[in-house]
Amino acid sequence: MLSSLFAGEPDSGIGDALGLAAAVDDGLVHGFARVDEDRVAALSALAAGFGGSPLREAVAEAADKIAAGSIADDHLFALAAARIALFGAVHDALLTRADAALGRKRAEWKGEPGPAAWSGSVSAEPNRARLGGAAMAHLLAGARSWLRELAITGWRGVDDDLVSASSQAIEAALAEPELRRLAVLLDGLAAELRAGSPIATMEHLPVRRWADLWSRALLLARDGGRAQRAEQAEPVSGRLFVLGADVHEHPTAVQVQVHGVLETSGGATRLVRASVSAAKVDTIVGPAIWRLLAGHQMLLTGLAERRALDLTDMPLLAGGDLIWRDDRARPGEAADPFTTARVHLGAALAPAAPPLERHPARIAEPVFVEDLSGVPLDTRRLPACGPLTPQLLAGATACVGLLRWDDGAWTVQPLGVETTVKKKRVGVHTSDWALGPADPKLAKAAGEAVEVLRERAGRLLRK
Amino acid sequence: MSVETRSTAVVIPPVEPRKLAKVPFVELADGRLQGVVSSGSDIERVYVSSIGAGTHGLSCSTNNNRPCGGLRGAYPCKHLHALLDEAEVQYGRERVARYLRLDVEDGRSLAAGLKARHEPAPAATVFSGFLRHLAYLELPGSGEPIPELHWFPSVTRVEEER
Repeated sequence: MLSSLFAGEPDSGIGDALGLAAAVDDGLVHGFARVDEDRVAALSALAAGFGGSPLREAVAEAADKIAAGSIADDHLFALAAARIALFGAVHDALLTRADAALGRKRAEWKGEPGPAAWSGSVSAEPNRARLGGAAMAHLLAGARSWLRELAITGWRGVDDDLVSASSQAIEAALAEPELRRLAVLLDGLAAELRAGSPIATMEHLPVRRWADLWSRALLLARDGGRAQRAEQAEPVSGRLFVLGADVHEHPTAVQVQVHGVLETSGGATRLVRASVSAAKVDTIVGPAIWRLLAGHQMLLTGLAERRALDLTDMPLLAGGDLIWRDDRARPGEAADPFTTARVHLGAALAPAAPPLERHPARIAEPVFVEDLSGVPLDTRRLPACGPLTPQLLAGATACVGLLRWDDGAWTVQPLGVETTVKKKRVGVHTSDWALGPADPKLAKAAGEAVEVLRERAGRLLRK
Repeated sequence: MSVETRSTAVVIPPVEPRKLAKVPFVELADGRLQGVVSSGSDIERVYVSSIGAGTHGLSCSTNNNRPCGGLRGAYPCKHLHALLDEAEVQYGRERVARYLRLDVEDGRSLAAGLKARHEPAPAATVFSGFLRHLAYLELPGSGEPIPELHWFPSVTRVEEER
């Protein structure tokens, strides 16, 4: 029962793990250049916590060396790795609880243990990487050097100059498709540091969040984030029944992640995700973001018209992510997400999380809730690109959403709700406006933002 | 839940949508409210306008560094007025006033609070920032997952601090 999660006692093991990780979080606030006695003690406790782990020696050495005032890249990487391992363990504990509450079956991990180490060779898809091995390695070194400066200085000491020092590495990484994940992450972090300026006097620092972003960035800057590669995917064919669309966005990126049930030949069903993303600017918000994703017309049509998508040889990664190739999908028969949730969600096999992606923030388990009493719906996480509002949630009689966990609490992030309008039951979904909002005024405004900027780009950029 | 311990805390408040034709670019950066204002008469020309935080130093010139004829001494030109108005729509009145350290009574325009003087600012830097901004729209999209974006939920409001 889902309600057992919302009412349940917090797991004490989770608190202990997060307590150990705080050694890194707190160090990043003040900078590892100056560690006082308390921080030295916290680092030693972290090292002790890894006493029986393969990371034991690396973490112990990092704690010793940083206490003695010497900081090398490997030491920072050991701290990031320790933190990632701790949050990975918390993720596993939480997901086990969620699966038990939902009665969900989950596949075993069958992919590679993690991203292959950056070998310096160009991708096996020869036309994809724009940069050669040496240029790529140089770029990653630039990103690591910025992350090192951040760690030495600490958030409290970050000024405009230090934030701007990231610009070159980010711009180069954005231009390299192989490094998109790292580029998007660094750009998001840099924008937040800029917005927080002067950070020295910021009242509440997002301590855990920035430590999360920093440690992930350091990991991606080590190997380029090559964990999810097309050549590791298996082609799948079948019907994708959409459950709902989750929207992620920061000033210069947007991603729509579609959760659905894939039915393959023989009737086997499993949970999968399809993600499409685009670069954007901060003034493109709300329904305008769909314009940026117009290259994925089959997917957008399936979403807006609530139809299943017929897939042919679509690449599927071991972690349950489709690599979306729009030309391998066709909108098929009508498929209401609530019908999909009622009929298919219970029996569909859930994918395993790729080892290095295990983190509580990535837990996003599709759920169907018919009795909303006592269910904490996340009324904050409603994307402006769709019609869902807090008022609609208040009148909802059922919800398809994502089970999420953050800061000790489970919530349900709504992707669609059933509500009653004029005595008729209707569904309202985040992706209803994927082909444009029904309101012509909203539709016009959404089109204009992108057109104006493209016109300006056409006139000014190629001079 | 608190900002300190929340992985998905919202640090940058979502900006409000606005019409971009007149003022395609606005930012609060480098100690200035700065941006780009399209010329009303020449489609090829844009003005780079800025207002210094605290000093309220005003600057307006074309992207080719010709000074704006409308900016005389302490009186903001129409481009600076447009910049301020659009910044107010995008970021909200309070955030702009706080950044510029402007003190204005409710009901009066933000421009009324400027203790303005003319202070040339580096138009070239702002303009190249605008070009970098536009260049984002030229980057190819992707159909591969970016798991890191789970840390950046799309929200319509910022959570309350509890």
